[in-house]
Amino acid sequence: MNKMETMTGARALMVAMEKEGVKEVFGLPGGANLPMYDEFARCNIRHILVRHEQSAAHMADGFGRVSRKPGVCFATSGPGATNILTGIATAQADSSPMIAVTGQVPVAMIGKDAFQESDIIGMANPVVKYAFQPRTPGEIPGVVRKGFYIAETGRPGPVLIDIPKDVQQKEANMIFPDEFKIRGYNPWTDPDIVHVERAIEMLLSAERPIILAGGGTIISSAFAELQSIAELLMIPVVTTFKGKGAFPENHPLSLGPIGMHGHAEANKMMTEADCVLAIGTRFSDRSVGTFEAFEKRLKIIHMDVDPAEIGKNQTTSVAVVGDVRASLRIMVKMLMQRATKRTEENTWIKHVKETKAYWKENLKLHPGEMGAAKILRKLREVLPRESIVTTEVGQHQMWASLFYDVIQPGTFFSSTGLGTMGWGFPAAIGAKVARPDVPVVDIAGDGSFSMTENSLATAVLEDIPVIVFLLNNFTLGMVAQWQRTFYNRRMIGVDQGKCPDYVKLAESYGAQGIRAQSMDELDKAIKTALKSDVATVIDIPIDPEEDVLPFVAPGTSLADMILPS
Amino acid sequence: MWAILTLLVENKPGILFKVTHLFRSRNFNIDSISVGVTDNPEYSRMTITTYGDEKQVEQIVKQLDKMIDTIEVKHLDEHKTVYRELSIFKIKLSNANDSMEVNKLANAYGGKIHDVRKESIMVELTATPDQIRAFEELAKPFGIIEVARTGVAALQRSGA
Repeated sequence: MNKMETMTGARALMVAMEKEGVKEVFGLPGGANLPMYDEFARCNIRHILVRHEQSAAHMADGFGRVSRKPGVCFATSGPGATNILTGIATAQADSSPMIAVTGQVPVAMIGKDAFQESDIIGMANPVVKYAFQPRTPGEIPGVVRKGFYIAETGRPGPVLIDIPKDVQQKEANMIFPDEFKIRGYNPWTDPDIVHVERAIEMLLSAERPIILAGGGTIISSAFAELQSIAELLMIPVVTTFKGKGAFPENHPLSLGPIGMHGHAEANKMMTEADCVLAIGTRFSDRSVGTFEAFEKRLKIIHMDVDPAEIGKNQTTSVAVVGDVRASLRIMVKMLMQRATKRTEENTWIKHVKETKAYWKENLKLHPGEMGAAKILRKLREVLPRESIVTTEVGQHQMWASLFYDVIQPGTFFSSTGLGTMGWGFPAAIGAKVARPDVPVVDIAGDGSFSMTENSLATAVLEDIPVIVFLLNNFTLGMVAQWQRTFYNRRMIGVDQGKCPDYVKLAESYGAQGIRAQSMDELDKAIKTALKSDVATVIDIPIDPEEDVLPFVAPGTSLADMILPS
Repeated sequence: MWAILTLLVENKPGILFKVTHLFRSRNFNIDSISVGVTDNPEYSRMTITTYGDEKQVEQIVKQLDKMIDTIEVKHLDEHKTVYRELSIFKIKLSNANDSMEVNKLANAYGGKIHDVRKESIMVELTATPDQIRAFEELAKPFGIIEVARTGVAALQRSGA
């Protein structure tokens, strides 16, 4: 039997979070969450102060993606709560485990349009996995237990806990439950062996099979299983952008990400395949373009933990519902039992390798010394392979997808679903808190970085030395590229000017700022940053006219790639 | 395709909001919705009727099922289901014969007569939505002043 203790709701929240293993909270205090903040004085949880609540949510998100445990962020009621909403929506779109705790006006004030009141439960509903609003302090221990369980099981996602101020302040007899039941929530389904068997038959009888690894492969850490299957059956592997790095990108069978800015060889082979093993992916429009163009001759095997993803965007031939790692394990075991192993290269594999080699030689790159490909390959060359990379959102993000090879699986993270500008830097801070032992780099663009650049204060004051690798083209580059491509070069609202000076900006926060205008300077800058015990911004001016290519225009097929001319 | 969905959900505040919000955000349509507590006060039963092709209805069911507050979601086969809707019609009476005619019509559909006035009459009709629509067509010539409908309540037949 659980022991009963009398304490306030705020105290119960902290005790319950300690029981969940929480060591850090990212947040910002305000009137309605002060009782919780007061409890930091008496617990072993570190508070990391942010400069904007959106950044707190992105930090928790970055922490969650790297540690696979929910990151926790705190915000006050009203504007504090609405500010974290973008961060919550980002976590939901990318299935990232998170606990967001907001203060709320006292119960008796709810619905009275009180000062700093917002109906955050109502607003957040479509972008959370679940939301709680305990109305009595005694509910809090159970809410925290259930909240963490919901956030990290099945398809992970953000959980909101909105606590009215009087519920934080009032005392109750608290029971911290070990066991609980959520009647309507069964996150794990055992993969159906018959369906796995059918999937194997389909892969074996295919002439041009391909594996499409999505973000779910990374979330469930199915790296070894994925590699086993690819190698046993000698099947080339493409990924979605979210699945980038699910499979080592220096592996001979790796073709890299498909999609709007996928690798040419990946898009090409995807359109030529006759059977795809799709693992933990929702077939997003950015990944598959118009899939109808070739789905008629393409057999689709779909593995996903979320049954609602089966058939949502894509009709499948075989579906295996369950944790993708568990499903792939069964598949590996069955293949081992059958002693099925391909050793001879068939015509398809030869064709794949030739195509890959062709594009390695023939993809036209920016001619300048400081072209995006050269810059990102330099980063790859200098960074230790276990380093974690996050990205902002924009051209630099797609260049990272194209030219930064992830070698150690699960070390690359980006806001892929919601595409939230400003995500990469705070997410890198969260990632570094989760893994202080490895270098963490935010591959950034100036437009996106400027949205959350004030997180430099957090990085400096809290001693979280991350590296901002800033490809600075002084413009909202991706929008500029669309205006050049689709709007007859009418450039509207994209010029950021040479403002601010990012070296001085970094220095004004007490961080290190380095400008790199040549490959030599870049090489030195990365090495200096890696040795630094303070956050570093490497400002790399680049050509504002450089486009991200290849490019699959929205609403068209992967077969219709626009290539560099 | 017209589909009847039955949901067993937690009887807690905010669940109806979540269900209807799901329909809105996923771009589905609600034709009718009715909610009431079950014999077990911990649960409510919702009956939702909706339109969509087979794939859409399958998606709606999956998305509803994914909701943590739903215990059970079923797409009911209307041939194996008892489903009824309650409707109340206020109908205009223009001449002496109308009252009798409306009475006859109501009887034919198993309706009940309420609130008989000189200028209007009310008919309560519990039937399938199709029957209610048919009644409405026939009542139109008299002049329908107001209609209130509850939405469908449905349960699957035993052994079906």
